[in-house]
Amino acid sequence: MPDTIYDLIIIGAGPAGLAASIYASRYRINHLVIGKEPGGQAVEAHKVENWPGTKSISGFELTQNMREHAAGLGAEIVMDSISNISRGGDFFDVTAHTAQYKTKNIILALGMEYKKLSIPGEEEFKGRGVSYCPTCDAAFFGGKIVAVVGGGNSAASAAQLLAQYASKVYVIYRGEKLKVDPAYLENFSKNEKIEIIYNTNVREIKGNSNVERIILDKKYNDKDDLEVQGVFIEIGSEPGVELVKQLGVEADDQGFIIVNPDQSTNVAGIYAAGDATTGSNKLRQILTAAAEGAVAAASVYKKIQIS
Amino acid sequence: MAMQFTDQNFEQEVLKSDKPVLVDFWAVWCGPCQMMGPIVEELAEELKDKYKIGKMNVDENRETASKFGIMSIPTLIIFKGGEAVKQFVGVQAKENLKEELEKA
Repeated sequence: MPDTIYDLIIIGAGPAGLAASIYASRYRINHLVIGKEPGGQAVEAHKVENWPGTKSISGFELTQNMREHAAGLGAEIVMDSISNISRGGDFFDVTAHTAQYKTKNIILALGMEYKKLSIPGEEEFKGRGVSYCPTCDAAFFGGKIVAVVGGGNSAASAAQLLAQYASKVYVIYRGEKLKVDPAYLENFSKNEKIEIIYNTNVREIKGNSNVERIILDKKYNDKDDLEVQGVFIEIGSEPGVELVKQLGVEADDQGFIIVNPDQSTNVAGIYAAGDATTGSNKLRQILTAAAEGAVAAASVYKKIQIS
Repeated sequence: MAMQFTDQNFEQEVLKSDKPVLVDFWAVWCGPCQMMGPIVEELAEELKDKYKIGKMNVDENRETASKFGIMSIPTLIIFKGGEAVKQFVGVQAKENLKEELEKA
């Protein structure tokens, strides 16, 4: 089998990876995009209303457009997950589930992964009452009682959406005060279906074939369990960077890959872009992810020209 | 092309199929499902001789979705001999599904 050595492999097929590919194609950089989830987290956004030039578009449609744009410029996009990256002399060996690749440079566009509660029952009842995607699953909970775990905007948006279907929505938050936009608070105070439980953690999710109740670490209305049929976990995301620790890529104390203004990391030949980096003041928007992807591709181009 | 399964044809096409069947439970409002769609189409094309592969819109076919307790989409189920033998929740990589079908 002939051994192709790519000039660049982009790992991740969300907005950062796809924008990097669009720029790489225009720079005529011989590259490959490998992603496990085309579109990344942006796919789940119900509406994106801050992408300049497009007033309102679904996350799926926007990322689909990006994918078509990248593919249309000739990008090779492979859907696969990476199990290992190692350095082999002047190259990096990238091992995916089904194939192995060699490349001179890498752009890590790894994105974020949903945080889990890591409590008993969470994994067991995934898809049987436990959900991480309110826009996908809210409609299955018509007339049911659900809990949203979390206290930020994503939890608030989940509660608001769920209240359209469910008979009751508990928002369970470990803190004293929700960290949400004022518009959500106004909505909550008017919505009789939504009830907020503060200073409380969920200890366990219980049921038989489906979720039936949750166990709280503190009594609420004199009981430490709560009857619910759904649990929506909205406690934020963390960078999906497990893969690169062994390469010696430096991350900050929250796990974000430390990047320079040109999106390079501390490892020569490895660049990073998008939500998983310390770039763009960690604003973590589709717009900033795409911008970082463009900068990373330009930096790779510069490096190739010099060498 | 991926088959379209419905409440009406489910028993005949899925439960009574002589080949293992992969069913992708999906809905139009679900972004990750839209992402899964093309992967299922590709699998259907590549593996059409060995397996039956298709999609079921849960919004239009509530009976079957509720019978199998679908509460999260995309959910993909592999059926063999009328039984659900493997279930996946969330977007799955094509190769992973291929491997699991081969094991079925």
